[in-house]
Amino acid sequence: MSERERIVRVPIGPQHPALKEPESFMVDLHGEKISAVALRLGYNHRGIEKGCEGRTYVQDVYLVERVCGICSHSHSTAFVQAVEEIAGLELPKRAKYIRTLIAELERIHSHLLWLGVAGHEIGFDTLLMYTWRDREQVMDLLAALTGNRVNYGLNTVGGVRRDVSPEQIPEILKVVDALEGRTKYYIELAMTEETLAQRLAGVGKLSKADAVTLGAVGPTARASGVDRDTRRDDPYAAYDELEFQVVTDDRCDVFGRAVVRLGELMQSYSMVRQLVKNLPDGPIAVKAPLKIPAGEAVSRYEAPRGEDMHYVRANGTDKPERVKIRAPTLANTQSVAKMLEDGYLADLPIVVAAIDPCFSCTDRTIALRDGTRHGARTMGWEELVTYGVGWYRARGVDCSRITVRGGPRA
Amino acid sequence: MSEAEGVQAELVAKFPFLASVVKIQRAKRVWVEVDQERFAEVFGFLVKGLDFSNLCTITGLDEGTDLGFIYHLARNGGLMVNVKTRCPKGESMKTVTPHFPGAGIYEREMEDLLGARIEGLPEGSRYPLPDDWPKGEHPLLKDWKAKGTGAGEEGAKNE
Repeated sequence: MSERERIVRVPIGPQHPALKEPESFMVDLHGEKISAVALRLGYNHRGIEKGCEGRTYVQDVYLVERVCGICSHSHSTAFVQAVEEIAGLELPKRAKYIRTLIAELERIHSHLLWLGVAGHEIGFDTLLMYTWRDREQVMDLLAALTGNRVNYGLNTVGGVRRDVSPEQIPEILKVVDALEGRTKYYIELAMTEETLAQRLAGVGKLSKADAVTLGAVGPTARASGVDRDTRRDDPYAAYDELEFQVVTDDRCDVFGRAVVRLGELMQSYSMVRQLVKNLPDGPIAVKAPLKIPAGEAVSRYEAPRGEDMHYVRANGTDKPERVKIRAPTLANTQSVAKMLEDGYLADLPIVVAAIDPCFSCTDRTIALRDGTRHGARTMGWEELVTYGVGWYRARGVDCSRITVRGGPRA
Repeated sequence: MSEAEGVQAELVAKFPFLASVVKIQRAKRVWVEVDQERFAEVFGFLVKGLDFSNLCTITGLDEGTDLGFIYHLARNGGLMVNVKTRCPKGESMKTVTPHFPGAGIYEREMEDLLGARIEGLPEGSRYPLPDDWPKGEHPLLKDWKAKGTGAGEEGAKNE
């Protein structure tokens, strides 16, 4: 049998239990080892760039926020920054601080989420349960500060839409203290737990040279020793007033990517404390024109997964001429094929998960306001479940076996 | 002299014809506009000579009879040079994958969404449109409208 005949081609995706989002890997196997990988992406293409051209800048803020379910604040900030640069708007300091505060809280929730997913992919589900339980604290905090767990709707052209009240500050510090304690425990765990290190070390190798030529970004690049971080290199919002370290690692493998993200969590806690301590007084937004003068700008933003880049061209109307978005995962997928080569098939899920590809976050209803607006009503969890069960029953679907939070059957 | 001014000076020293088209927008943003014929030289010099080792992405633009291309190059330290060039619709641009193997996906995106022609692109699957997408339909062209969906139509409603 020739070498070529020994190769078995296995399609993984676009629908596959190991993938959280649709993408397709055509994997060539030589025994258990991967000899080549061909990627096919685009299953999630929703035409958002085209959609932006037909909507106003204000509508676009909410549209681009929905590019990603996890780093939603990243996309809306990157977009409004470009528009603000074209319009020549100077933001009040307080607006910049609040934007940065939400950005770092978003990084905390995203990195904790990743740690759980990584644990799950290697069969260490205790880590998933622990980190996601901890993550709920920052999700609740984000909901209290912005009104939502994801898709915060905080940004607007010219500033932010919601202020941080003095009563919320002790809450923020409490959560940060609690999560810092937990993260220290995870760092100790990562450094001392043999099984974790043995499972992750040497898996998904990406050399520094490859990370640079393939255009890797964020923790994926930094774990291959590439010292790049937009927050330091091209500071935006309030980052030029914060003290922080860019965490890098020379391991060039999945273990290194975990170490970098854990280190970044510690930096984020420190940044949140600095932001809260030095939060300036004053307005939270300036008035922005509806029509943006002709011009163009590129905005770079360090999202939890790496650099997010938005290009906006304005033509003097209230709608942009062109919006171009390059999310970090697109830049990192180029490196995935390289990481998988010569690795084992069984490592594929954790190697793919290690670049932290974006997948959607589950929402839930929380009662924040009692007020009714435009006939809208806020539902509690149980009321929502009862409503949902009734809605389906009216359409002939029987949900009677579903129990409501351990309570009586609906 | 700031870093951006340094890059401006080096570019103009190497390519005197760029004197009037290298613009500094702010401390970390430089814009250059270059003809298609001289693009490869200028781009190669930025990558090899001035160490712009990071291609953030490529933006494609529908500019009437031409397609516009903006290559967003960055280097360590955060300075970004945006190199703009244009090419008549129907003619082809050379691929930049010899410099950046990861750039293929950005070039394929422009092929699908704008109908750009990229010469020398290695074989691979299209991105991001589906395999059965009709030929000749490029959604990011200004005159393209999705039939019957309202997408891309003037004043598209949020529903």
